[in-house]
Amino acid sequence: MKRLMTMAATASLLALPLHAEPVKIGFVTTLTTGAAVIGTDMQNAVNLAMEHLGGKAGDTELEVIFGDDQFAPEAGKQVTDKLVKQDDVDFVAGYIWSHVLLASRKSVLDADKILISANAGPSQMAGKLCDKNFFSTSWQNDQTPMAMGEVLNRQGVKSLYLMAPNYAAGKDMTAGVERTFTGEIVGKDLTKWGADAQLDFSAELAKAKASGADGLFVFYPGAAGGAFVKQYQQAGLKETLPLYSVFTVDAISLPKLQSAGFTDVIGSKVTQEWDPSLDNAANKKFVTDFKAKFGHYPSYYGAQSYDAIMLIASAVEKVGGDMSDKDALRAALKEADFESVRGDFTFGNNNLPVQNFYLREVVEDADGVWTTKVVETVYENHVDSFAAECDMK
Amino acid sequence: MDFSLLVIQGLNGLQLGLLLFLVASGLTLVFGILDFVNLAHGSLYMLGAFFCATLTYLFGNFILALIVAVPITGVIGFLVERFVARPLYARDHLDHVLGTFGLILVIDTLTHLIWGPEGLSVPLPDWLRGQITLWGDTVVPTFRLMIIGAGLAAAAGLFWMVNRTRLGMLIRAGASNRTMVSALGIDIELLFGLVFALGAAMAGLAGMLIAPITEATIGMGNGIIITAFVVIIVGGIGSIKGAFIAALLIGLIDTLGRSFLDDIFALFMSPVAAENSAPAISAMLIYIIMALVLAFRPQGLFPPKVR
Repeated sequence: MKRLMTMAATASLLALPLHAEPVKIGFVTTLTTGAAVIGTDMQNAVNLAMEHLGGKAGDTELEVIFGDDQFAPEAGKQVTDKLVKQDDVDFVAGYIWSHVLLASRKSVLDADKILISANAGPSQMAGKLCDKNFFSTSWQNDQTPMAMGEVLNRQGVKSLYLMAPNYAAGKDMTAGVERTFTGEIVGKDLTKWGADAQLDFSAELAKAKASGADGLFVFYPGAAGGAFVKQYQQAGLKETLPLYSVFTVDAISLPKLQSAGFTDVIGSKVTQEWDPSLDNAANKKFVTDFKAKFGHYPSYYGAQSYDAIMLIASAVEKVGGDMSDKDALRAALKEADFESVRGDFTFGNNNLPVQNFYLREVVEDADGVWTTKVVETVYENHVDSFAAECDMK
Repeated sequence: MDFSLLVIQGLNGLQLGLLLFLVASGLTLVFGILDFVNLAHGSLYMLGAFFCATLTYLFGNFILALIVAVPITGVIGFLVERFVARPLYARDHLDHVLGTFGLILVIDTLTHLIWGPEGLSVPLPDWLRGQITLWGDTVVPTFRLMIIGAGLAAAAGLFWMVNRTRLGMLIRAGASNRTMVSALGIDIELLFGLVFALGAAMAGLAGMLIAPITEATIGMGNGIIITAFVVIIVGGIGSIKGAFIAALLIGLIDTLGRSFLDDIFALFMSPVAAENSAPAISAMLIYIIMALVLAFRPQGLFPPKVR
């Protein structure tokens, strides 16, 4: 009898499928330097996603290992190598910064692991460098400023001055607005970026004002956004040089602008693929639980990170936790069969989302907290401009 | 390139230069007199900003917070000298670098633990938020003028102290010949502590003045400390006058480079090439100046008279 029991136990152990081992997700973001404020938001959203999933995708345990890129490409590549080689993760997700993602992509793709961007969308990786193992839950960098260019045309803005940081995404962002804006670009400044980024924009603001442009387009993500808006108000440019921004005025910068009383930002318009006010069940649950847990609104960085984990979970569940069949795994990811907080979307040929872009306005909510709400839909099911350069079908 | 823009960019350059001087003056004093390489000087700049931000929310008044936060930063500097710098004086410069680099990591992490990763904004009183019209449509933000005023006042105070007071005389004597000063019965350890505290207070003041423009963030000092080292190398290590002139020079070159380099480049290359190369070159400009000074006048433009 005892022997029978042992045999039965052995048999049941053998019968256990291979996926008893947890599926590991490496998540690379910025957890130190001033940009850690973004990374923390993403980390919170990932932890909330794991909580909503109960730590599982179907029957498979999920495990997340965070890595800090220190806001620098070389450190980002190093921590990616560590996740791929030492921790042997199945997915590497995250990446705020385009230059960090560009530096790290080979480490993941050469090891035949799945790479998922939760923010950065460099033009190269949407086009010529597209890869069957690379997916995105954000956008291609040019898309959001293209939507802004469209808005400027509709509002009858004739001339524009551009300011952005001097790195991969800064160049994509200015290229994006230049692609759709039909008026004249009267000047452009690219400022120093990185851990010792330029945060005092006095010289550039003086130039922008002297240029006599109808409007000022800027892209300053993270802490730089708050700094920029303050100097914009201190320079008293609201009347003469209206501000049109992307990834600058957001749930990261608004709480600090509110605490310091920079009221000029109310009513300011930005474009985005997501907003806390979007009306779908997944988004309501995400925003409500995030606010209850962390005491403030999530940002789009958080929303995209939440989606990245949900996308991974949906695919892992579809393949029953079997990470060995990459073709099945990729097919499962490509279906994007999960409740995205931005509403349903599909993946294009280059594995970037085909999705809507909205115009948002900064408002005060019912509790007196500054946030954004959707004003109108600028693009419906927008495909990025580099998809055609990608040779995947 | 019109006159009004030139004046405004000149003022912007002056403001940047004065902030650089506030950081560089402490660095050059500590390096010149104590022969101590303090990489963590930027951390004191950051602490100044965080103290001032916290006190501004506590008192509801930026100016009052500034007045209280400056001596607090000085005290922190005094403690850093006593417990971190002093045990390292006898060692060589590499150990100073290692020790103070460790201190940067400790202070950054402590700041992260106390204030969180998101940084702090500093609200300004209404009278500092607006702009002042110089003439016609030449307008400058009031607070930037206040930075220039405060920077000039601090620089004047430092010159007066170093050149006209007994403490200043001892500091100058210490810079020339440390052994002789202590042989004359001067408490050299206390003097060093005071010099360190003075440098910390100046750096802290710079951090407090920049915080309302940007914000108090972790690691904010690590960027400016590199530029401050450029300033003291160009100016001559240990020289307050050198630091002052070099800081204004670097501030003006950096600002004017950022403002006009693309226009100048556009005169002899295609607009696209000018647009792409100007940001790269203007970011390098101050290092090019430093390389030139090191090549042709390695002791700096205004080295202290007696070494």
